[in-house]
Amino acid sequence: MARGLARAWARVAVGRKILFITTDQQRYDTVGANGGTLARTPVIDRLAAEGIRYTRCQPTSVVCMPSRASMLTGQYPSTHGVWMNGVALPIDAPSVAEELHDLGYATALIGKAHFEPFLDPFGRFVENSLATLGVATLEQPWFGGRRGVHRGFDHLEFATHGVLGPLHYARWMRERHPEALGGFYAVLDGDLNVNDEGGGDNGAPQVKFNDVPPEWYHTNWVADRTIEWLESQPDDGDWFCWMSFPDPHHPWDPPASELGRVNWRDVELPINYPEAAQQRESLLDQKARHWRAWYDGRVVSNYEAPAKWVPATMTANQVREVNALNAVEVELIDEAIGRVLANLSRRGRLEDVDVFFTSDHGELQGDFGLLFKGPYHVDGLLRLPMIWRPAPSSAPRAAVVTTPVSLVSLAATFLDVAGRSAPEWVEGEVLPSSDEQVACSRDRATVTEWDSSLFGVDVHLRTVVTREYLYTQYGNGTMHDGSEGELYDLRDDPLQRVNLFNDPARRAARDELAQRLLEHQDRPSPRARPGDLVAPV
Amino acid sequence: MIKEYVMASLRHERLIEAAPQDVWNIVRRPQSITDWFPGVASCRVDGRRRVLTLATGLEVPEEILSVDEGLRRFAYRIVAPAYKFHLGTIDVLSVGAHSLCVYSTTAEPDTLALIIAGATIGALEEIKRQAESWRAVSRERGQE
Repeated sequence: MARGLARAWARVAVGRKILFITTDQQRYDTVGANGGTLARTPVIDRLAAEGIRYTRCQPTSVVCMPSRASMLTGQYPSTHGVWMNGVALPIDAPSVAEELHDLGYATALIGKAHFEPFLDPFGRFVENSLATLGVATLEQPWFGGRRGVHRGFDHLEFATHGVLGPLHYARWMRERHPEALGGFYAVLDGDLNVNDEGGGDNGAPQVKFNDVPPEWYHTNWVADRTIEWLESQPDDGDWFCWMSFPDPHHPWDPPASELGRVNWRDVELPINYPEAAQQRESLLDQKARHWRAWYDGRVVSNYEAPAKWVPATMTANQVREVNALNAVEVELIDEAIGRVLANLSRRGRLEDVDVFFTSDHGELQGDFGLLFKGPYHVDGLLRLPMIWRPAPSSAPRAAVVTTPVSLVSLAATFLDVAGRSAPEWVEGEVLPSSDEQVACSRDRATVTEWDSSLFGVDVHLRTVVTREYLYTQYGNGTMHDGSEGELYDLRDDPLQRVNLFNDPARRAARDELAQRLLEHQDRPSPRARPGDLVAPV
Repeated sequence: MIKEYVMASLRHERLIEAAPQDVWNIVRRPQSITDWFPGVASCRVDGRRRVLTLATGLEVPEEILSVDEGLRRFAYRIVAPAYKFHLGTIDVLSVGAHSLCVYSTTAEPDTLALIIAGATIGALEEIKRQAESWRAVSRERGQE
């Protein structure tokens, strides 16, 4: 697809500010505009109605660090080198924020960054040192040999999923509200594994009733800090602000005062969670073998779910409660976004602001009897909310884009909004603003990568999604010999329940999709050396 | 498919263009760790006991197990309560005129092994940098 399409309907190519809103681990179907019914999301829904809503946006990875690195670099994990959580993005990796900074944009990232590992007792990473140092940023090497503010950001304030550790939010809570610290769920256990301790009414893992007042919760802290930074910007200056909410990622410990918004007892089970164990297991048995092995507690392939938790033990009411708490967190995010937008509007600044809303990856949230995330490439993890509300001053046309798009396109799109074409190192193309823009080109395909190697268990997979198919190929690993795969026909099987990988009638489709993965593998982009795994997360 | 080991045992190594004795001289003194292990701000050594203070302020008590000049092997263990077990070894091996420096970490819980071993990568880089810089300086002086 041609670059520069966003500018085709832009009244002005410069002077547009960018508010980039991300959440963490949020599924497509948790947003009202996407058909979600559990959480009320009027603010996000309005952005969707006024702008472009993408019905199939895919991450480059279904875990945080590789996916977030792709947003910043516009590159796939196999290019930027962050192949799994715990691998740091090189300090001089390419960054769209550096490019925008060069264009004169003031740049900020407020909330969850996670380009560098959290578990860092040696204090080796900048993200973990800024709050202690009390500075907004540090000078660091930039891509191409120059030096500048850390990864291109003038202002950095960090938060993650709790109140432990060295980041700004945790420090603020410890200093200002120490009495509320105990309400938060301990994300990690004594062995620094993801905690499996159950809580709430049903004992679901990573659930806790948290008596923190909503105004002290990280969702509102991120919005408050964003508002303060935006208010500090001069009237005539351009800015790029990445507002990054840590929720609705587990733990599910929203302020207890808000739980009445969604009563778990009223929550219907997810459509992809058959209540009968036999049915769930029959669905899992159609997939590659590690699905059932994890469900049964025979293998733990990655760090991102509690190592001691066995998915087969999860009850229907636990699924209901997790979904209810997730919806509460999504509603709080929606309201926080509403506060930020209202502030901009009140000050007459919203006209020139492009707003993007998306998430880094999804959450299984009960699908197939599973929770959390891992090497399980189905819609729960792969299909993301993505909304682009272009600046009203650019006279945008509202649209629904059904062609598959990827988070790898964000960097090119931000630069396009800023009036600049993407540099050579950007792999993603500018997001289309309508289906018509892509109708004449070959049907677009998007790719998600997974490579993990943790304590003797190696898993490698690549997934390509088109309008018609979701196709996954497994590489050689601890549980796969390289011959396995999954093929789902999204037209007949939108829930990805029937694996057609070995169906002779689909051989031609499978071969074509395999060819697309081969093309992805052989793309000419110069690759960074795969980084070292230096922490679990 | 179940893990076939008791605990995580990880290893990193660097080929260093310097004589093994020169590399060994960098790591052999317990108190020298602040010079080559990134993130170790200070340390106190009292007999076989060494206490590191990390850049984050965390204190890590250790026991020195072996400083073997013949084998060029340094062995130690972290004795902090968070560790059920830890063994760290640094071996400097001869590879022709050069050296192979091997830093091994065996620990339980697994996650702590990964974090410590991850940090040893930076330590190896610094050991290599120092040894090769020293070699370059020595050569320069030799030419003088």
